[in-house]
Amino acid sequence: MVDEKLKNELSKQGIFTTTLEQLYNWGRSSSLWPLNFGLACCAIEMIATTMARYDMARFGAEVFRPSPRQADLMIVAGTVTKKMAPQVVRLYNQMPEPKYVISMGACAISGGPFKQGYNVLKGIDRYIPVDLYIPGCPPRPEALLDAFMELQKRIDRQQLTGANRPRHLNADEPSEFPVPRFGAHDLEPANNPNVWKAPLVQISQTGTDESGSH
Amino acid sequence: MNLEAIESEIEANVPGCRLVLIANPSPSGQHSLLLDAGHAMAVAIYLRDAASLRFDFCSNVTGIDWPAKELSEKVKVKKLVDGVEQEVEEVRKTTTPGSLEVVYHLFSIEKKLGPLVLRMSTGDRDANVHLPSLTPVWRSAELQEREIFDLFGVVFDGHPDLRRLLMWDEFQDHPMRRDYVDPDDYEYEPTAHDEVLRRANQHLSEGGGR
Repeated sequence: MVDEKLKNELSKQGIFTTTLEQLYNWGRSSSLWPLNFGLACCAIEMIATTMARYDMARFGAEVFRPSPRQADLMIVAGTVTKKMAPQVVRLYNQMPEPKYVISMGACAISGGPFKQGYNVLKGIDRYIPVDLYIPGCPPRPEALLDAFMELQKRIDRQQLTGANRPRHLNADEPSEFPVPRFGAHDLEPANNPNVWKAPLVQISQTGTDESGSH
Repeated sequence: MNLEAIESEIEANVPGCRLVLIANPSPSGQHSLLLDAGHAMAVAIYLRDAASLRFDFCSNVTGIDWPAKELSEKVKVKKLVDGVEQEVEEVRKTTTPGSLEVVYHLFSIEKKLGPLVLRMSTGDRDANVHLPSLTPVWRSAELQEREIFDLFGVVFDGHPDLRRLLMWDEFQDHPMRRDYVDPDDYEYEPTAHDEVLRRANQHLSEGGGR
């Protein structure tokens, strides 16, 4: 490791020193290309983020790729219906590693206002690993930019070797996830237990009173 | 032109058809005509082509599910009690068969008429769910009839392309029916209340949790 002070001193003299890790992370975090797809109203905010007022191009993410083969980042922007979920998972599988997922808005996180609908998936994290969640309905462009900068920070902190190395450098970690099938009553399976486990919640038993009085 | 006049005009011109005028007691007073399935096509063609009516625009098609309902009514019956004829109240229970209903809203752009509300009703909710499609008369009914086929399970005979519209082809339920039960994916309900709370508790008590 180069000493930070020495590095600064050298850069003043016109000598640029770095490590392979820093260079590698800098390259990836500065050219995150999102996949060009939106599912609902959150996509409108995502589009607004890319345009001149919020200008996502400042962070190297102006190139929305229309093909998953060229994309690094999937912004799940909007309600994921059960009919759409297999396609979303398939698009994710088609993206090359390293790849990241931002779950944008209440619907992509949990189903949002449509959570109890028979046709809405209760969060895309049931099938694919999600790196960042942005709450909001829809989140403002600032929130998406914040998530984006947070993702860049995380990439900059990644270590290329060791136990904490990212998934794409670990041959044992999967890069593709099973695509759910259309079943007779629901998607099969209803979630991927390797990716998602239901968090333990304490449901109050007092609320079962049918009369509505407590 | 009021509905009675339209009804009598249809009955005079479409031989054999039976129409029932269903009054709507609400202030809006949108009364409707119940068609019999056998003559629905002929009535629809008449409504569209008759020079005085010209219902050229079908703005809306929707479905209604009427589940089987148990009615109990008190009936006074004369009975022999201890050798004496007495009037005794009895509760009789009758079950009305359920049915699926399809509602069409028609307008006449040319004659500035409408809305004319047409209804068709199926025999029951299981086997006799066939109704004639009115898509050949009003093309705008095509997707809406597909939606009703998808969500209510009404089979429209004569529809040019009867497939599920919103749900996937492998799906077998009809979610807009009142007895539809959605899949048991209540494993994570952090803010459960009312019906969701009941389903979440049911899910956990059945060992669906862990």
